Parts: sequence; structure tokens; C-alpha cells
Amino acid sequence: MASENSINIFVMGKKYEVPKGLTIMKAMEYAGYKFIRGAGCRGGFCGACSTVYRVPGDYRIKVGLACQTVAEEGMYLTQIPFYPANKATYDVENEKAALGTLLKYYPELSRCVGCNTCTKVCPQELKVMDYVNAAMRGDIAKVADLSFDCIMCGLCASRCPAEIVQYNVAILARRLYARHMAPRAKHLEERLEEMKAGKFDSQLDEMTRLDTAKLKELYNARDIEP
Amino acid sequence: MYTPEMKASIELVGRSRNRRLKETFPRLTPDEKQKLLKDFHPDHRPDTLRELKVGKSAGQRVPHELADVLELKSHLDPDTFVLGSPDYEVDVLVIGGGGAGASAALMAQESGASVLLVTKLRLGDANTMMAQGGIQAADKANDSPVIHYLDVMGGGGYFNKPDLVKALVFDAPFVIRWLEDLGCMFSKLPDGTMETIHGGGTSRKRMHFARDYTGAEIMRTLRDEVRNRGIEVIEFSPAIELLLDEEGKCAGAVLLNLETNEKSIVRSRSTVLATGGFGRLHVAGFPTTNHYGATADGLVMAYRAGANLIYLDATQFHPTGVAYPEQILGQLVTEKVRGLGAQLVNAEGEQFVYPLETRDAVSAAIIRECVERKKGFTTITGQPGVWLDSPMIDLIHGKGTVERELPAMYRQYKRFGIDMSQEPILIYPTLHYQNGGVEIDDEGRTAVPNLFVAGETSGGVHGKNRLMGNSLLDILVFGRRAGVAAAANAKDGRSAPSGKVGIEHVRAYHRELEKAGIITDRVSPILLPDYTRRR
Repeated sequence: MASENSINIFVMGKKYEVPKGLTIMKAMEYAGYKFIRGAGCRGGFCGACSTVYRVPGDYRIKVGLACQTVAEEGMYLTQIPFYPANKATYDVENEKAALGTLLKYYPELSRCVGCNTCTKVCPQELKVMDYVNAAMRGDIAKVADLSFDCIMCGLCASRCPAEIVQYNVAILARRLYARHMAPRAKHLEERLEEMKAGKFDSQLDEMTRLDTAKLKELYNARDIEP
Repeated sequence: MYTPEMKASIELVGRSRNRRLKETFPRLTPDEKQKLLKDFHPDHRPDTLRELKVGKSAGQRVPHELADVLELKSHLDPDTFVLGSPDYEVDVLVIGGGGAGASAALMAQESGASVLLVTKLRLGDANTMMAQGGIQAADKANDSPVIHYLDVMGGGGYFNKPDLVKALVFDAPFVIRWLEDLGCMFSKLPDGTMETIHGGGTSRKRMHFARDYTGAEIMRTLRDEVRNRGIEVIEFSPAIELLLDEEGKCAGAVLLNLETNEKSIVRSRSTVLATGGFGRLHVAGFPTTNHYGATADGLVMAYRAGANLIYLDATQFHPTGVAYPEQILGQLVTEKVRGLGAQLVNAEGEQFVYPLETRDAVSAAIIRECVERKKGFTTITGQPGVWLDSPMIDLIHGKGTVERELPAMYRQYKRFGIDMSQEPILIYPTLHYQNGGVEIDDEGRTAVPNLFVAGETSGGVHGKNRLMGNSLLDILVFGRRAGVAAAANAKDGRSAPSGKVGIEHVRAYHRELEKAGIITDRVSPILLPDYTRRR
């Protein structure tokens, strides 16, 4: 047993005594690891630090992001900084937002056995299997919505018995949705027309020639949208 | 998860909430803001900066931590380095795999150039991925690029380079369209209207967003597109030095494979440096929001090669970094929290600053509240902070807004047992952004021929203080421009190397170091920060 303010963790089977309360990432650094792989944004956004572990007295494999998960006594862990994945290449512009497109690039989708392991391992708590099911129905808007917070860490794919790469299916669906199904922004179209017609050119040029005193005057007098 | 002492202070915040919902704290006058910055912003503390002793910008004041890495030796010893035959020969070499690098690579390839992208970590491992708030573009009827221009200049303290600002605001709507075409999922109303909100220092609601994963959504879309287009990418292989010809024109770079330590040579007609900023140097000892790889590599290489530096005396501290819990100290609490109406209040539950002043002013006000007025809350580890009253958001916009609009933030705190829709969160300024950088023109060109710089590595467009939502915009505007210009440059006969290509500039730089009395064996770019425990 470690002392009162510290715990023992096992990094790839090797024991280290580290202070209580650190994230797995900080605990490993405390133990002396300098990351090359396995560390990224350090803020839960990039999926570089996927970690799998077990804790004493529990048969289950647990997962988490090393930068977001607090280390606990007896944690027996390894990182999975890379996992081979099947990534199709496609031209979003010329694809249809339809089931056929998903199946053309990721036919293994239909192999889903509904085990729900993907949902259970997702560190973002996404309903991964639900979006895989939505993909199998061709409900692309639903896939886009349910998968939006995906950080592409790859843990779902690492445990999928059907060998689906869920996060790559998801990004294809999101891009198809945003490109072909989401309504286009009319105000943007109008602004682009104005700009192509040179509507703001002379005013902008004039702004670049103003001295600081004049700019300050304009800035301090500008009206602010409530 | 909060201690009893914290709960007592949170109680005071809750008690004043209903009253504060109706109160708007007065904005700072220009004079008040100047005084506040001068007295409390870290940039103005005499012990933050020092003069560079060597290089083209010698005499310029930059943070100690940056001067420390600029004034180190190269990984390569000019006496023993032998330039073998190139491992790669391309038109355009892009160094850096964030938003600026990816967009430069896409546009360079689209312009007909052969492109190689190399990056220190993985493609997409960058601050871009972490930007939660949004991206500015003047594309609504009540807004215009001219108004955007004025906001950028005022926010930057009028130090901004006008031609760069013009490029930024002019390209903005085109960039949004580019992203929309690539299938980037912006938050929209059912009729297609982009949802837009205010950010600190904006006079119009022009902050576009993709829930609170704006940067991640942009980055993963660009990354997917880079892969779809078959652009060659080498990961975990940062550039450690640029190659120059006898006239000082850039002709490629030396890469270091971080896993095998093998070096390789890339020869290129154009090189785009897009390596990001210096957050991980921890200027003035502050924690940082930045990505693991933000170690100023591009500044170091470009400076040795003869590029000019600009405005590196101005560091942006994000006013709202996590002050508690300790495990995520320094991480970003997006400005969107304030954009949605959360106020900043002290330990007694009182407001002390208008929440959407520019970032420099809000940071300084928080430091003043804690350091001078002693009205902050200090945690058990000694970390001061003030409350960001996030429960106001659901009261203003309806129940469930925090969870829907700030899922990343909400989840982050939930992991540590804090429900930010019910309880305020403790924050303190954190090092967020390198305002200055390598001087560029409006197509990313530098003083070094054939060398382009885009994104946070560059300086000038944001003056001395960047506004929220202009960084995602900056990387895309100048990444795209640099990519196009680099491709054109590669086709121009004048970009061909003259005479021998090598690292003679490193020899000259080492000599300067020696002359300035700097004797060291340490090398830069440092590539990765070292957080291992010192024994």
C-alpha cells in the first residue's frame, strides 16, 4: 500500500507510486514518462491519449482519456495512442447524402451485431451504437447529430467485434449532412455577392489609410448590437 | 466536489444572482482600460520581458521564456552536418498539421503544386482542435467587413498591420463558405441562418460556431479532406531546421523522426511554416490552455533563418482558465460562457468588470480583484480565482441551455463532480495566445525568400491583442493565402536555389550567440515540454 497521500499505479505492468488526485497523464509524467505519442491537447478534445485499464476487484476493462481521468489505487493501465483504422477516401461534393454512400465506403457497417460495446467504451459518452444503427437505416442527419461530439479517439473501433470504424463512418455522415442536407445560409450568399461586386472595397481601402487618432474616434463611437 | 469554504462563497454568489440578472456592469472608459492594463496585465510587469541579444530583431523585448529558446543552439552542428541527397523533393513543404498547415496544404495542392505536410505530432494535433468559441465573419445584414475591421483594430490596440487586417476581414465570408462547402457542420437555424453571438470586443454578433466544438469540427473536416485528397503527411517528424541557399533563400528543411531519431532532408521550392505558438513555454509562469506541442518551433527556425519578429512583447492571457479543480488547472473555459450571459463575480458575489471587455482588460481586472483588492477566492493549493456565474445561462436562455450549447465544458466539469449549470465555476487568467510572431505580408511571405508563415506563428494581424473568433479565422485566411502563394512561388523560376544549399545561417547564428557571451550546449526548437518530475 502506498502512503496516505499517494497511490500505486501500474503502467504496462510496472508499479509507480504517485500522488493522489492526478490525472493519468500527470501521474505518468510524475512517474517519469515524457510523452511523444499518447499526449495531445491535454484538454479532452483530440483523442490522442486513449487509455485502457482495470482496477482491483473488477473484471471489466475500463477506458478513459489520460488527460481527463483521475488515477486511482491499483489502476493497471496502458495507452492506445494509435489503432489501425480503415479510412475511405471520397469527394464529399459529389456524393449523395444517402445510405448507399455509407455502404459503398463502409460496407462493414452491416456487420454490426448490436453488442453495444462501442457505446460502453466511449469516453465522450456518445450513443455510438445508436448512430451506427441510424447509419444502417440511412438516417444521416441522426448520425451527424448523435456523433457530433466525437473526438475520434478510436476506442470504439478498437473493441468492435464487427470491425467497424465507427468514427470514420460518423465523419463521412457529418460532412454529407452539412454539405447536402443542412439548409444553406442565405445571408452568406448575399454577402458574397456584395463582396464580389466590390461593395466594400473602397471603404476598406479607406480604413487602411486612417491614422490611429481617427480610428480611435470611430472605434469609441461605434454602436454595439445589443 | 467543492469544499465547504467554496460552498460558503458560492452561497453568496447565488444570493446576489437574481439582482445581478438585471444589472449591467459599466464598461471601462478608454482611459480606465489603459490604466488597468498598465497596472495589472503581465505584459506590463517589468520582470516579464527582456531584450533579445542576437538576431535580426536584437533589442526587441520578448518574454524571458521565448528569449531562452531563441538564444539556444541548433540541433545541428554546422561543422559536422553533411547535407545528403534529399529524401523528399516537393514544390511546397508545409510544416505543421493544424488548421493553418492543413488549409495551406489543401490550397497549394489545388493550385497544382506537389505538397508534403510534416508535423510534430499527429495531423490535427493543434490548438485549432481546442478552439471552442467560434469564428468571426461579417456576413449578416447589420454587419460589414468595415465594422469587423474597426473591431479588430480597436481590440489590437491599433498596432495591427492594416493590410493584414483587411485580408482577414475581407476573406472571412469566403472562408465560411469554403467550410460550408467542405461539409463543416455550423450551428444554424432551421432556415439556414448561421447562429451568431458576440465575443469579447465585437460590436456585432458575428461569432459563428459549431456547438462548442467549433475548432474541432473545422480541424477534423480539414484533416479528412487532406486525407481524401491524398496529400502526403508525415507525422511525429517535426522540422528542426530550415535549409537556405547561398543567397539566403529557403530551400527546404531537416526533419527529425521523434521515434527513431533519424533525420531526413526535404528539398522544396516553397516552405510554409505553420507550427503554432509558444503557450507551452509558460510565459511568466502561467498555466496554459495550449496544446502539448506549442513550443515556438517555427519562431526559432524562422528567426535563425533571418525572419523578422513583431509584437512578441504581447501575450494573450485568456481571462477564464480553470482555477479549480487542480487536475485541469489552466484549461480553457470558453468565452462563449460569458457570451451567453454568465457574469464574473468575486468571492462576495459582486460583479467587478463588464464580462465582455477585450480579453486583456478582463484578465487584468481579474488579477486586480484577486491581487490588489483581495476579493478573489483562494483554493486550498493557493490558487486564486473568481467565480464565473454559469447558472445564469439557464436562467436567461431556458433550462438545458448549458448542456446543449456547452456540452464539452459541461462534460469536463461533470467528470470532476461539478454541475456548472447549477453551480458557478472558479476561474483565473491562463496563457492562451501568442499575439505576435514572424512578420508577414498579406500572402504570408516573410523577409526570407521562399519562406511563408501562417497562423499563430505569424504576427501583425491581431496587433497586441487578438479578439475571440479571429484566430480560427486567421489560420484559415492566411493558411489558404500562403498555400496559394507558395504554389505560385514554386513555379516561379526565381525561387530555384542559387549555389550550395545548407545550414550556413546556423553557423552565423551560433557565432552571434558566442559573441553575445551566450555559451550553451542546449538546443532548440525544444519540440516538447518536459513535465517529468525533476529528481
